[in-house]
Amino acid sequence: MEFTGIPQKTVTAREAGLVACTRCNRAWPLGTDVCRRCGKTLVSRDVFSLQKVWALWLVGLMCYVPANMYPMLRTQQLFTVDESTIIGGAVDLAHYGAFGIAAVILVASVVIPLGKFWAIAFLAVSVRSKGTFASGKRLLMYEIVEYIGRWSMIDIFVVAILSALVQLQGLASITPGPAAFFFALSVIFTMLSAQAFDPRMIWDAQSEDDKAFENV
Amino acid sequence: MGVLHPPRYRYMWRMSDAMNLTKTPLEELIVCPICDATYQLQRPKAGERAVCVRCHKVLIAPRYKAGMQIIAIAIASVVLVIAASVFPFLEISVAGRTNAVSILDAALSFTRGPMLVLALLTAGFIIFVPLLRMLLTLYVLIPVVLDRPAAKHAVWAFRISEAMRPWSMAEIFALGCAVALVKVADLATVSFGPAFWMFGVLVVLVIAQDGFMCKWSVWNSLEYPKKR
Repeated sequence: MEFTGIPQKTVTAREAGLVACTRCNRAWPLGTDVCRRCGKTLVSRDVFSLQKVWALWLVGLMCYVPANMYPMLRTQQLFTVDESTIIGGAVDLAHYGAFGIAAVILVASVVIPLGKFWAIAFLAVSVRSKGTFASGKRLLMYEIVEYIGRWSMIDIFVVAILSALVQLQGLASITPGPAAFFFALSVIFTMLSAQAFDPRMIWDAQSEDDKAFENV
Repeated sequence: MGVLHPPRYRYMWRMSDAMNLTKTPLEELIVCPICDATYQLQRPKAGERAVCVRCHKVLIAPRYKAGMQIIAIAIASVVLVIAASVFPFLEISVAGRTNAVSILDAALSFTRGPMLVLALLTAGFIIFVPLLRMLLTLYVLIPVVLDRPAAKHAVWAFRISEAMRPWSMAEIFALGCAVALVKVADLATVSFGPAFWMFGVLVVLVIAQDGFMCKWSVWNSLEYPKKR
């Protein structure tokens, strides 16, 4: 934020007696219900935002547990049947020497989802407790969560491609396990949870800190 | 625009106090959707970007002839999505046995019991959402670019198209293919069908289209169809 010559004080729509449309960026007088340009319901701050975030977050987390316990892939080769979980599959890949791919799978299906659960929870808690963390860092976190969340779907797509492709009667076949279902749900619910977060709250906490600081 | 020049930024001018903002007509204001900072509207020139000073969100990013480029990309993408989903995508062979699949087959491979839901979701994320977004974009932008009055329900169409943006996952599927190929490589010989290359081009087009599209400009031209 070091842009010399630009004063750092901004006026928010709420301070100016306005309500913003978060879809088309149009300003309306405070109290307007619906954006007349794009039809979005207008709220100055989404007061139920955190409730929605936590509810969807919890469902996502609940789906993530069976996603890791049940098998993701069921591989049948001649007479042997091999069932592997997400982490088990990555470990197998590493055994074959495909470290790069094992890392992609581990990052996309373990590191990103867990990081996302942590980041969303952190954001939701930190906007409540004032003055613990700089807004810029919270924003960066929000942007990373928004951008990276979708990439967890990669594992589902790998399972889809493999189980469609490897269907060689009698020789080898791959079928998806129940974990694929739960994992997809987990990704979808965490995406919805991140979308429910109202990022405008990040700065409200900060500006209240500033006011408190000025009073001191 | 010279290739070597860095992209030019233009920061929004900010009104010094809330009093002035309340005097400005509402259509002359723009509010950052991420941090609620309010600015008096200043239109950047083509190639420049208006960026929120507080959170650095790009608010307006017009490009020269963007409308026509987006329409061209969308038409190409519609053709590619349809072709890429029906032609053979990948083919494997082991000991004389072969199996060729299309993208549609891959998406619909989860077909037993509750897995059907997953099949529909996968097919949606890779094929139907991108396809629908392209069609809606064409529907909204063609009248705008031709300086005609906005299409009927164009606001509604653009709304759906924007809501679907995070759920269009063609590029993620592309990376998924790479991972799947390495997994199968030990097991069997894999060869690429025509749809594989079409899908590769499609991913590039989808990303390019997202980069060219300036949301604010579209909403603005839907509100004032002639003025632009």
